[in-house]
Amino acid sequence: MKLSRLIFTILFLFAVWVLLTGGYKDPQELVTGFLVSVVVSLFTGPLFTRRGLYHLSPKRLWGKFVYLFVFLIELVKANVDVAKRVLSPSLPINPGIVRVKTKLTEDMDKLWLANSITLTPGTMTLDIKGDELFIHWIDVKTTDVEEAGETIKGAFERHLGGE
Amino acid sequence: MFLTVMTYMGYLLLFIGCFFLVVSAIGILRMPDLYNRLQAGTKASTLGAMCTIMGIGFLHPAWWVKCFLLSLFILMTNPLSSSVLARASLRSGVKPYKLVVNECERYLNEEKGDN
Repeated sequence: MKLSRLIFTILFLFAVWVLLTGGYKDPQELVTGFLVSVVVSLFTGPLFTRRGLYHLSPKRLWGKFVYLFVFLIELVKANVDVAKRVLSPSLPINPGIVRVKTKLTEDMDKLWLANSITLTPGTMTLDIKGDELFIHWIDVKTTDVEEAGETIKGAFERHLGGE
Repeated sequence: MFLTVMTYMGYLLLFIGCFFLVVSAIGILRMPDLYNRLQAGTKASTLGAMCTIMGIGFLHPAWWVKCFLLSLFILMTNPLSSSVLARASLRSGVKPYKLVVNECERYLNEEKGDN
């Protein structure tokens, strides 16, 4: 378990290094990058991830991949929505704070869900406590926990939870 | 031909990005309270910054990978930081503007009881 965490952190850091430097021509750069990732991983590996290589299982990666597209579409919708609200003279807002329950258990998944909620139309995560998310909703349509959850989380939770 | 298309795409993305950045600035000025301002600010500025950076990537194909990585970082950290700002202000007692429902009051009181 510990080793898997370490390897996952090293792989992740090294991938970022390669992308940032574009250094596939110079072996010296690659070696330096690898050594630095190993040293950093030794210190931060346990903090960075809890499940290690489990995150790289094909099923989870595919889930993340599909999720990215769903998410980008929602992001564009959110921005058009905000632009409409901001630019319309009457400023149509109807804000409220609602509570939503999530079925996700992984901390990383919750983080992604919270991030997605913040970036989708009219909602922003205020706080997470256990399995409850508190959400500031710019245009409240319903106060029911279940119904609000379905409207806000929508497809995200299904894609993120795809294990 | 290909390069021309890339250039046009780049300028188009730059334009869209700038538009959303302007919208987010107007939003911050027009919204009534901190939470609504954060909403307008975060969403529009995230897409705005991403579009601008990707536009630069299209104009300079050599930087494409770096630009992609940068926009990914923005995508991950921007909503997080605004969430943290909102949470901190909620806990330090910034009053929201005219809420329709507020499920938070009970929860904040519970928190106080715990401590």
